[in-house]
Amino acid sequence: MRVLKEDPEALLSRFAAFESGLNGAKTAWAHELRRAGLGHARELGIPTTRNEEWRYTNVARLAKDAFELAAPAPVAPEALKPFGFSGLGGPRLVFVNGHFDAQLSSAGELPKGVVAESLKARIAAGDARVQAHLGRYARQAEHPFVALNTAFLLDGAFVFVPKGVQAEAPIHLLFVTTESAAPAVSHPRNLLVFEDGARAQVVEHYAGLSGGAYFTNAVTEAAVGAGANVDHTKLQQESLEATHIASAEIRLARDARYANHSISLGGKLTRNDVNAKLDGERVECTVNGFYIANAAQHVDNHTIVDHAQPHGRSYEVYKGVMDDEAVAVFNGKIFVRPGAQKTDAKQDNKHLLLSRAAEVQTKPQLEIFADDVKCTHGATVGQLDKNALFYLRARGIGRGEALRLLTLAFAEDVLKEIGHEALRADVAERVHRRMEATTALRSGA
Amino acid sequence: MTTETKQIEELAKREYKWGFVSDIEADSAPPGLNEEIVAFISHKKDEPAWLLDWRIKAYRKWLAMDAPEWPNVHYPPIDYQKIVYYSAPKKKKQLASLDEVDPEVRKTFDKLGISLDEQKMLAGVVAVDAVIDSVSVATTFKSKLKELGVIFSSFSEAVKEHPDLIKKYLGSVVPYSDNFYATLNSAVFSDGSFCYIPKGVRCPMELSTYFRINAANTGQFERTLIVAEEGAYVSYLEGCTAPMRDENQLHAAVVELLALDRAQIKYSTVQNWYPGDEEGRGGIYNFVTKRGKCAGADSKISWTQVETGSAITWKYPSVVLQGDRSVGEFYSVALTTKRQQADTGTKMIHVGKDTKSTIVSKGISAGRGQNSYRGLVKIAKGAENARNFSQCDSLLIGQRCGAHTFPYIEVGNPTATVEHEASTSKVGEDQIFYCNQRGIDTENAVSMIVNGFCKEIFNELPMEFAVEAQKLLGISLEGSVG
Repeated sequence: MRVLKEDPEALLSRFAAFESGLNGAKTAWAHELRRAGLGHARELGIPTTRNEEWRYTNVARLAKDAFELAAPAPVAPEALKPFGFSGLGGPRLVFVNGHFDAQLSSAGELPKGVVAESLKARIAAGDARVQAHLGRYARQAEHPFVALNTAFLLDGAFVFVPKGVQAEAPIHLLFVTTESAAPAVSHPRNLLVFEDGARAQVVEHYAGLSGGAYFTNAVTEAAVGAGANVDHTKLQQESLEATHIASAEIRLARDARYANHSISLGGKLTRNDVNAKLDGERVECTVNGFYIANAAQHVDNHTIVDHAQPHGRSYEVYKGVMDDEAVAVFNGKIFVRPGAQKTDAKQDNKHLLLSRAAEVQTKPQLEIFADDVKCTHGATVGQLDKNALFYLRARGIGRGEALRLLTLAFAEDVLKEIGHEALRADVAERVHRRMEATTALRSGA
Repeated sequence: MTTETKQIEELAKREYKWGFVSDIEADSAPPGLNEEIVAFISHKKDEPAWLLDWRIKAYRKWLAMDAPEWPNVHYPPIDYQKIVYYSAPKKKKQLASLDEVDPEVRKTFDKLGISLDEQKMLAGVVAVDAVIDSVSVATTFKSKLKELGVIFSSFSEAVKEHPDLIKKYLGSVVPYSDNFYATLNSAVFSDGSFCYIPKGVRCPMELSTYFRINAANTGQFERTLIVAEEGAYVSYLEGCTAPMRDENQLHAAVVELLALDRAQIKYSTVQNWYPGDEEGRGGIYNFVTKRGKCAGADSKISWTQVETGSAITWKYPSVVLQGDRSVGEFYSVALTTKRQQADTGTKMIHVGKDTKSTIVSKGISAGRGQNSYRGLVKIAKGAENARNFSQCDSLLIGQRCGAHTFPYIEVGNPTATVEHEASTSKVGEDQIFYCNQRGIDTENAVSMIVNGFCKEIFNELPMEFAVEAQKLLGISLEGSVG
């Protein structure tokens, strides 16, 4: 009698129109995947807060609003300026409302064999590498929004780095949404494949060009080969009225090194799922996140670090700064499967509360089925250190600036791990600018 | 949802059919649960009408509830119609002295090592309100407590002698509608203990009750209510043992603690019910609701538990920190071995200003045991300067067991400081080797290491319990090494 899900038909009702609009893109195997996704989406519905995974994040509204499927729209290159990164030198793929825009994109310099293209184009071209990986990692049978994304799978980025190739320049995937008359939904789908010994850096970047209560429902699958080294940043700067739901499913082969940095600055309602499976021996995995929220923003981060094989090491730090009536939710799971001996897993979740009305719900969770392991986790919720603030004030630094400095220092643990120097500086700059827009940090109240 | 509400409304509206009052002369109710059975229990115990109404209200609410599925434990669904909800060891009669107690019953007590004679000899140290199945058989040391105005009696006796107190406090901490098992308990509770410490009185002895489960297939639905008035202090011990059983037995107790201004309640439990055989057959299902309310300012409630028994434990002793500056504590050792499953922890609900809570939980998994810590720390909007510290450590012995941590932290006030730490480790081979070298065999070495791991908790137990608890861990871990 518990209502665990809402009827998803309002969202699924667009499927018939979507299907008939596919025309040439209706490759048989891809469409089979969509059909399966549709079945799962129907079965899973839209979760209510009675569903443990959605206990603190109410998405029931999504079942009621009739979102149109977002259509391509013209965007002036200048409009993208605020979302560019300087000094990266790599290619930039731009997606407008979920659709690849070749004119806004730039090829950049890439070593031979590296692919960074539109997924839709690669499916149409019959790329066997896409078929071999797409839909193999994402949990479309379990996660309602991954299922939904799979049903409406159309476009996104396909990144492929061949065996042993070092792609030094970060690959920038920029997803922008324009303002539309009616609320619209886009379902970007990304596939990142790194072969054995490859090295690459990827930035997934979501931004709203203007306001609007649109809905972005992204899914990223990443397969990291043996001994590969991947640095993966996700920067979320959606409109403050938007809903952003994103899942990343990462599969790591033996000796791989992988780092995920999830930085959430925008969105009215944000839900991130980052799941990393350490599927080979001696994997080293970092899963980090930083979020700052004010007004009525709601930020929910769910992570799973799944140690399936022995000798894995994982490090996780998630930090949040909450102002006004913002709500933060964190749920971090560490699994240590039977036989995954000598696992070393660390998890830390820290929150700064800057306002009386802000709220934090955190659940750091360990599930351990092997005995010879080291696992620790910690969670704290508190305020800025009054003594540190006094120290800065005594040296003539204004209250607002002192608060910002301390908050930036709080974020540093996460930001400093971003592999590429120019990218790190740029992200830190954006975090700093975002701080100036929150009540407590702007006014120093 | 609407159909559900409707159903509840219909049930609530339904007239209660009095007058069928069963003529069943049996000492046990037939298996099954319906309003007749609820009325039968109430009638057997000569309860006043308001209490029967309360039970019926709970029963109707229960019908509309679902058994919780969120705990990290697995067991076949329970058929609530197969359970016997009331049984008495013998027809009730007034007992003048211990000698009148059925010799068979006395013998079982002796076997369990809680000889009443011995208790009597220990006069003034421990008062025991011994419960066999559902009826309180003997109560001691009442007179001494009476001088101080302390009431310590079986629940049914308290219903007769202090109906005003029971009516006032029953369900004040755990309402009849609280959760599936608490609601079931509210409908069919058999007996239990009632303890009342008047204003300013410091209870001079540790109060203790031994529960044990006797007849096969009889669910135990204990109800304990402890009220400490302003400035009162009481330390209460609960210990449990049960003999071998073939069929799973359900135990759904409710414990309510209420501390008024400056009152302190210390509640200690050692639980070693039958955990089942190697395959987990026949163990006790222990689904308990324990909650304390620090209603007054500067009050304190402290839970200490050593959980080694039961096939499945589902238990979260909680504290609602309502009074300003009130303090809640939870110290726990949970051991699972064989195929035992434990999902246990605590809830600390901070409501008042400057409230403080401490959680120290030690989980030990051996054999194929699955041990979960599940805890909630909630800081309400108005709980200024609330402080919580939680520490959950797990120790794994062997490769087939599991240790899990599910801490929920909900913070709604920025002045709060909440810290949670958890770690997992194993009994080190070099630690055992070190002991072996010095002539300590592996089994004793493990026992020593485990006892060291749990020392923080044992320090919180009253002396006699601490000794017993250490032995218990040793016995429970026998055979789980190697």
